[in-house]
This record gives sequence, structure tokens and C-alpha cells, in this order.
Amino acid sequence: MMNHPTEEQFVLYYYGEGAGIEDHIGACEQCRASYQALQRVLNSVDSFPVPERAPDYENRVWAAIEGRMGKRSRWLLFGWRRPMFAAAAMALLVIGAFLAGHSWQRPAPRQMAASDSGVRERVLLVAVGDHLERSEMVLVELVNAGAPVAGRLDISYERNTAEDLLESNRLYRQTAATNGDVATAALLEELERVLLEIAHSPSEVSARQLEELHRQIEDRGILFKVKIFGSQVEQSAGNSTTL
Amino acid sequence: MEDSDSVAVARVKAGDGDAYRALVDRHSRSVFRLAYRMTGNEQDAEDVVQETFLRAYKQLHRYEARASFGTWLYRIASNYSLDLVRSRKRHPQTALDESAAGEAGTNRVDAMPSGAPGPDRLLFGDEVQRTVASTLDQLSNQERTAFVLRHFEGQSIEEIGSSLGLSGNATKHSIFRAVQKLRRALEPLVNSAGVS
Repeated sequence: MMNHPTEEQFVLYYYGEGAGIEDHIGACEQCRASYQALQRVLNSVDSFPVPERAPDYENRVWAAIEGRMGKRSRWLLFGWRRPMFAAAAMALLVIGAFLAGHSWQRPAPRQMAASDSGVRERVLLVAVGDHLERSEMVLVELVNAGAPVAGRLDISYERNTAEDLLESNRLYRQTAATNGDVATAALLEELERVLLEIAHSPSEVSARQLEELHRQIEDRGILFKVKIFGSQVEQSAGNSTTL
Repeated sequence: MEDSDSVAVARVKAGDGDAYRALVDRHSRSVFRLAYRMTGNEQDAEDVVQETFLRAYKQLHRYEARASFGTWLYRIASNYSLDLVRSRKRHPQTALDESAAGEAGTNRVDAMPSGAPGPDRLLFGDEVQRTVASTLDQLSNQERTAFVLRHFEGQSIEEIGSSLGLSGNATKHSIFRAVQKLRRALEPLVNSAGVS
């Protein structure tokens, strides 16, 4: 007769991953009792209940996420147009700043000035919202990245995107500071530090380097701040559209 | 199911955002079950469900059909659940307190099917549930995840190892440690009641 199976073999057998011990369990009273004791315990774990969901649960989940997917489906659908949109927004900003300079130098009717200012503000909000959404995606992907395979993880996509984002981040931060928008400038400054870390990382990182990036992101709470700020910006941009 | 998931994923990737709804319909309950078992908290589990589907949507370009969509989705859900559990441990004021656990336990018993056994049996069931919940809560994150994925979700050692970035042996050891802890906590209870 073979040696008595170990507890680990019993566990594997219970989960259908161990083989070759059923004969022993059948023949050995001591092992049969031991296995039955394990069965009782693991069967009792099944009594850990999960609260039932309402019959329309799926509809509720969809309703809760659909609105938050709106922007993202645009990302998926028009991802290739994104750089063009960012460039257009940037050009509008520059033109807006130029026009703002002119209208500041040349007195204009009050209504016209208000209208120009509204358009500029909205363009800036849309551009910043877009920028924050792209930044959020990079941060989320890094935070949610799985463990490195064979010791290394390829983050070249995130690194290149962070490099792209750095330039626009600087411009938006300077614009916000110039406009006296302290909160936006402060957030963008924090974001810039994290983007810089990512942009300066190697294309492939070790588990330790990935952990360090996670720490940078988590310690600053930057992902949470970007999410909250992004949704506020999005809301403000929506409100200005209705003006 | 996997074939229809692949079709839905392909449609979403091709730009049909509404096709994602089919995936939400198919997987939201199972993601909730997994999240609840991982976090032990209904509100956290709801957050996990929503965040999982949003993250999956955003990262769909990364999904490769080598693994089933469900396995990939569970991986996102278990990672996010772990984040929540870790954050709860870092901020103990948000942890389930005794009274909340008791309340949850009562609700669970209330939610049991009618025709249930008498009061003694219910009290015993309640005690087992509380013991399971508190023991699961004391497991390390790795042990809890590995055990939940094996015991409740029926994932193979290989799949769990892939989700957690662990070798097969390390995955097995996490499950064994979890079983040993559950056994120590539950065996006296179960034996005293002569549960079969």
C-alpha cells in the first residue's frame, strides 16, 4: 500500500486536481476519515452567501456605466483622430490667446469680449478635459498592469504616451497659471511630475521598477485627483456649451 | 459563451460601443459574486463591478483572445478588489465593524430560502457564515484571492497563477494555507454539529 496522502494531496483531490489517491481513501479508514473532515469544512464554506441581485441588475449596471463610457467609446472609435483633435485644440488655444491679446489691446464692445472669453474658456476646458482623460488612461493602465512576464514588463506604449502628454501638460499648466487658475495649475504640476517619471522610465521595467511607479502614482493620489478634476472639467465644458 | 463573447469583443473593437452591453449582461452577476467574496462588502462589490467593466472597456485594445474574455475580466475584477481590500486595511475606520458584520450576517440568514431549518440550525448556519467571513478576512490578499478563485470560481491552478503572477507551486501553497486556516477555524464548529 502506498504512503498516506498528504493534506495537500487531499486538497488537490477535493478540487479535482489530484489523482491516484481515491483507491487509498477507499481502503484506508484513517485517510477516509481525514478526507471526510476536510470535505465537511470545505462544503461548509459554500454556505458563505452572496446577496441576491435584483432581476434587472444587468440594466442597472449598464445604466451606471454607460454615461461614463460615452467619452471612452469616442476614444475607441476615434482614437486615431485624437492627436489631430489635440493639435486642433492647441491651435485654437494659441489663436485664442492671440485674439485675447488683441482684444485686450483694442477696446471692444463688452458683449463681444464676453463671447470671445466664453469660447476661449470652453476650448481650454475641452482641451484640458481631453488631456486629463488621456493621462488617466496611462495611469490606469500602469496601475492595473499585471506582474511582469519573465521579469520584465513592456510599458513602451505608456512611456511614449506620457512623453506626448508632457508637452501639452506644460502648455496647459502655464496657461492655467497665467489665467490665475491656481487649482488647475497645481494639479497639472503634480501630474507633470508623474508623467515625467513615466516618460523617463525604460521601455521594459522590472517588478521593482513597476512597483516604484505604482508608488509614485498612489502616494500622490494623482489618479483619484485626475478622475475627479476630469469629471469636473467635463461638466464645466458641458455647461459652457449651453451658454 | 466564449464564442459569443469573442464576437461581442470584436464588434466593440470595430467601434460598436453598444455591443459591450452584451458582455455586461453576461458577466455582471458573476463579477459581483467574485467581488463580494473577495471584499466581503456589498457596496465595495458594486464599485468593483462598475469599475471592472469601465477598465475592461478602456483596456480592450490590450485584450488578446488567448484567454477567455471572462478570465481576463475576472483578473481585472480581482485586482481591483484587492486594491479595495488593501485600501480598507490601510484605513481601518472603513473596515466592516462587528455590528455591521452582524447585521450582514443576519441579512444573509434572512435571505436564505424559505423552508429553511429551525432556529438552532439557523443560528448554527449564521455562526458558520460569520466564521467563514471572518477567516476569509484574516487571510492574506494572495491567499484569499487564490482560494476564492479556486473554490468559488472553479479556476484551475494555472489560471489563478496567471492572474496573480505566481508559479503553480506558489499558487497551490496559497490555496493550502487558506484551507488550513479555514480548517482550523471551522472544524470544531462543523464537527460539533455533525454536518455532513
